[in-house]
Amino acid sequence: MSLLTEERQEPVPVAPTPSRFDPRRLLLAVAAPLLAALVALAVSSVALIASGSNPFTVYARMLSEGTTLRSLLITVNNAVPLYLSALAVALGFRMGLFNIGVQGQYQLAALLAAAAGAAVTLPGPLHIAFVIVVAMAVGALWAGVAGVLKTARGVSEVISTIMLNVIAGGLAAYLLTTYLQERVEGSNNSRTPLLPESARLPDLDGLLLAVGIEPPQGTRLGGFLVVAIVVGVLYALVVSRSRFGFELRATGLNPSAAVAAGVDAKRMTVVTMLLSGAIAGMVGLPQLLGQSYSYGLDFQTGLGFTGIGVALLGRGSPVGIAFAALLFAFLERSSATLQRIDVPTEIYVIMQGSIVLSVVVAYEAVRRAGVAQAERAVRRATEPGAAVDA
Amino acid sequence: MASLALMACGSNDPDTGRDTAEPGSSAAAQSDAKVGLAFDVGGRGDKSFNDSAVAGLDKAKAEFGFESEELSPNASGSDRGDNLRQLAEDGFNPVIAVGFAFAESLQAVATDFPDTTFLIVDDASVKSPNVKALLFAEEQGSFLVGAAAALKSKTGNVGYIGGVETPLLKKFEAGFVAGAKQVKPDIKTQVKYLSQPPDFSGFGAPDKGKETANGMYDAGADVVYAAAGGSGVGVFQSALAKKTLAIGVDSDQYESVGDPTLQPVILTSMLKRVDVAVYESLQKFLNEEELPAESVFDLSTDGVGYSTSGGFVDDISTQLEELKGKIISGEIKVPTTP
Repeated sequence: MSLLTEERQEPVPVAPTPSRFDPRRLLLAVAAPLLAALVALAVSSVALIASGSNPFTVYARMLSEGTTLRSLLITVNNAVPLYLSALAVALGFRMGLFNIGVQGQYQLAALLAAAAGAAVTLPGPLHIAFVIVVAMAVGALWAGVAGVLKTARGVSEVISTIMLNVIAGGLAAYLLTTYLQERVEGSNNSRTPLLPESARLPDLDGLLLAVGIEPPQGTRLGGFLVVAIVVGVLYALVVSRSRFGFELRATGLNPSAAVAAGVDAKRMTVVTMLLSGAIAGMVGLPQLLGQSYSYGLDFQTGLGFTGIGVALLGRGSPVGIAFAALLFAFLERSSATLQRIDVPTEIYVIMQGSIVLSVVVAYEAVRRAGVAQAERAVRRATEPGAAVDA
Repeated sequence: MASLALMACGSNDPDTGRDTAEPGSSAAAQSDAKVGLAFDVGGRGDKSFNDSAVAGLDKAKAEFGFESEELSPNASGSDRGDNLRQLAEDGFNPVIAVGFAFAESLQAVATDFPDTTFLIVDDASVKSPNVKALLFAEEQGSFLVGAAAALKSKTGNVGYIGGVETPLLKKFEAGFVAGAKQVKPDIKTQVKYLSQPPDFSGFGAPDKGKETANGMYDAGADVVYAAAGGSGVGVFQSALAKKTLAIGVDSDQYESVGDPTLQPVILTSMLKRVDVAVYESLQKFLNEEELPAESVFDLSTDGVGYSTSGGFVDDISTQLEELKGKIISGEIKVPTTP
């Protein structure tokens, strides 16, 4: 993948950047997120009022309890898997591929990585790297199945990845309860053997202490944050600065034009699915390497589907997705707060949903407004007497 | 640290006023204890396992008049440990963890809060002096309803539907099949699970329960045991449509199902008295009695059993009671794995 910087000029489809300064376009760019936030707040407030709560007190509590040091650390920790999940989805979105299979990809990847990691003996950093590589490989292969099905047989990846989720779930459960499980005396859980010390990722508490923050008892800053940041930077570089990234975006914008320009669409589909799956394979690793050290019945679930919402909200950019993941994790964290003030905990899911919906709708509305504006400008310029006006 | 906990408590009190027992609602003295309860994914309102735990808490609350708080985890279950920690930090003692999935996080939290007593339902793997396990002999109760199913079956074919294929639900299956074979050695048993872990949707999917039961009844079964939490309603609906029988689980579902048209199909329910376990443990704790590291609730203490509401098993009660006696005396050993 050579870096062809000279090809980097054309704007990303989802977030058009004005070629020259235009106050009206700037207004439109700011209008979308603002509009979305207002609509989401309105919908959430209606839901809160309907459930018999005062929205302002609820928001105030969510803010005050959600910004304690412990809450912030938990929010960051929970945002990491959501971030990776969303990146995996977003990579596919860039070329119009819908990888709905992150769920199955990360489940299978976490299970097999946990089992492989517990089965080998390696020195510290190598052991951790080994677990990560296994997880990425499993995720990539599982997603690759959908890629090959699409190119060889024309099977829609939406259908195949959903189906593969079901197969992955069944396969993981079967393997977990048969070959890969270690029974623990007195436990009703089934889990893989615990990873040895050498495969456990250290936390970042030392880093926090170095900047004068003392983490509260029992709450740590997970080490996988660093990996997630590296993945985010690589993602940004590959998508915006590499030939692959250019072909990816070109295919997403106009598939037939891209093919005419010499892009190998089939190869692109398979490679994109492999890369998307590799990122998806890492979704379970923050928990596996930093917290539970095994894959069991109590492993986090549903992260693949939440990631789709985060990817939509983040609008394809790694920075946007980071903020979206933090927002989702913040709202999840607030579910505990909501319960403590007797607000139905489902409210936070309504908030997540209304935010995603309003962002999608707001950007579409603003895009149409922009198009209409441009059309008017063209009409004005071409109408008889335009020169007089100008 | 401490100020954080204090702040959380202080700001919390007025809001949880609704949870506190009404003053004067009970003759008993107001206890200044604060009881915390952490649900697993699913939470309050499942008309089964979780609600049974709440029933025990509510009963103790009415008697002792303490303050209580309940927390459910988020959808992915990532904050189970955070919830336990939150309750312990806010001064709740004891803290009840409902479900085996809390085991891993409880180990760490129990070490950090040595002065807080933790009760955990369905797990005996956490080794800490302040953790008390509440365990059930589900296979014994399932054995008896298995026997009831076989005695009532005219086709010689009975079914078992488990919510999620976990070791715990395998225990139910083992007991049920053994019980059926005890009274009719040549009986045919069908076994199906609704979802595979870590997908726990099988405990809340009445549609799946209904479909699976339809399949079993069509294949010749005429009694199906639904050990599937909230999915059981679907099994009852199927039984009603197919004019067959079904067996409930955890609580007396004849009483709790809420739909009188479904009552006639509920032959009996396997009772897993989480409510009794929670109530008795709280009673002991509040009376400052020492709780054992492991409390096992089985047939001998009526911690598990079968329900008789509706009177459908009255004609076979002598046989069931005889089997019950044999299990208590140890004459019959019920397997815990299929």
